[in-house]
Amino acid sequence: MNNKDLLNLIDITVSFEGFLALNKLNLKLKKGELRAVIGPNGAGKTTFLDVITGKVKPTKGEVIFKGKSLVGRKEHKIARLGVGRKFQSPRIFENLTVKENLELSVSTPKSPLNLINKNIQDKQIEEIDHLMNIVNLGQKENSKAGSLSHGQKQWLEIAMLVGQKPDLMLVDEPVAGLTDEETDLTADLLKSLSGENTVVVIDHDMEFIRRLDSNVSVLNQGTVLCEGTMETIQKDKKVIDVYLGRPED
Amino acid sequence: MSQNKIKFDKKIVLSFWIILIALIIAAPTLLPVFRLNLLGRYLSLSIVALGVDLIWGYTGLLSLGQGIFFALGGYCAAMYLQINSSSEFPNNIPEFFALYGVEKLPFFWEPFKSPYFTFFAIWIIPALIAGLIGFLVFRNRIKGVYFSILTQASLLVFFNFFNGQQKLINGTNGLKTDVTLLFGQMVGSESIQRLFFWLTSILVIAAWFFAKWVVKGRFGNILIGIRDDEPRVRFTGYNPVIFKTIIFSIAGGLAGISGALYTVQSGIVSPQFMTVPFSIEMVIWVAVGGRGTLLGAILGAVFINYAKSLVSEALPASWMFIQGGLFILVVTALPEGVLGWIQGDGPRNILQRFGLKRKIETYPSLEINNKEQNHE
Repeated sequence: MNNKDLLNLIDITVSFEGFLALNKLNLKLKKGELRAVIGPNGAGKTTFLDVITGKVKPTKGEVIFKGKSLVGRKEHKIARLGVGRKFQSPRIFENLTVKENLELSVSTPKSPLNLINKNIQDKQIEEIDHLMNIVNLGQKENSKAGSLSHGQKQWLEIAMLVGQKPDLMLVDEPVAGLTDEETDLTADLLKSLSGENTVVVIDHDMEFIRRLDSNVSVLNQGTVLCEGTMETIQKDKKVIDVYLGRPED
Repeated sequence: MSQNKIKFDKKIVLSFWIILIALIIAAPTLLPVFRLNLLGRYLSLSIVALGVDLIWGYTGLLSLGQGIFFALGGYCAAMYLQINSSSEFPNNIPEFFALYGVEKLPFFWEPFKSPYFTFFAIWIIPALIAGLIGFLVFRNRIKGVYFSILTQASLLVFFNFFNGQQKLINGTNGLKTDVTLLFGQMVGSESIQRLFFWLTSILVIAAWFFAKWVVKGRFGNILIGIRDDEPRVRFTGYNPVIFKTIIFSIAGGLAGISGALYTVQSGIVSPQFMTVPFSIEMVIWVAVGGRGTLLGAILGAVFINYAKSLVSEALPASWMFIQGGLFILVVTALPEGVLGWIQGDGPRNILQRFGLKRKIETYPSLEINNKEQNHE
């Protein structure tokens, strides 16, 4: 196996009572890569993330991350190995403050004893301040996360994801419900994260994907239809048929 | 430090504690022995309520089986007292054994001859059993209403088992403690009961500080995280099973201490401690007092039980209706409980209605929080 591959999905098949959500999906990610994944509704984009993060066990196939198989591992173990996930709708702890949310994401080790016995390290407090500045939430550090606007929640969740210091970031529709300006800022943020981190972005928003300026994988009916730069896939006949040819949503 | 609903108005907390401590100090001289004993019992119940608040108010685990751990603590205390007061009975074993023709002390009674073993057993045995039940349940990702049903079913299993074991623990009759001896005096005597009142008061406060320590900071925040969005906790790299097991075990230990104190002050432990309604009542105390406030659990347990005894004396048989009505009132009108309502916008809303306070014109978060920020 190529050492440069951070993640390697081999022939992943997920069957929900006969319905093939993923069908022999193969995908490789290099370290430091930014990859966009697009596809029509029901193409298996979210299931694809569920398989990597351990929420769904594949019926067949193998997920290799940093040379280790992820299949059968529990979600929190996979997260500790370095896979972070941002959900489609922002999932943050609404009854905790912005700062408390970030504290939970940057704390290591993630054991009960560490959390109850020790105070958070100074280094981690600096990191939280840094993260809050990146996503412009410095003013809100003591506000309840539930009182934030939708865009701010999305950003808080991205900050929490970064705070986990994952090697692989899986970002599911980060710009859903954001204004154009926020979308642009998010695209820049994700671009700046790649290089050091490996980032997978799932989205419908073509303008946003174009702005990411990355390799794109097109999913359809549970399998990878086509891979390449935005220009390449836009010219691909199959892709036009299933996806781009439709009126934009 | 948390800025949410759990935010306490410092003055309210301080005044409550001053009143409470003053009451505890004054109680033995002010109250007749009968009332003092009742207050002591209700204070001991507030410890089990604290545990319910930790697992339900903070972690979202609605256990309807806390009676198991409560009764276990009670049995541990009662076994120690009985076995050390049985020197004049046949075979030097507690009197009830003779009724069933038992001549040899069952093996599990032996360690309870030791006060040290008993001291630890009262909270460690319930905590271990809670931890075991909890681990098995949580590992299989049983939650929500299924968890509640499972805990209630466990409660019934324990209830039926204890009821049937005449030869081991006197079955449905339970173990009496008021005629046993402690420090050479009857446990039911006034001086020992006064001692237990003080002990209970101290332990309630200790348990409150302990619970506060548990929920402060990141550990408590993980509990709230588990309550609000458990999968998210997993994907952040935490294993909720361990956190839930620990907090359920802590609640079990608190229930054990509570049960032991309640037993020695009411004079008997019996499988009645493991009836379904009693465990549900524990949840009601917390719901009425205020979930996730800790202090609300204490106040709920003490005031509801005191009200229960006063009402039952004046209007026998009407208490169940009043308790049911109280619960419905809280669920519909004060979902955060009385203390939660006081800490929230409740008093402000009332004052506004009577024109005593300016109405908030925009979002509360803007107007109220901005004001607070300016003060800082």
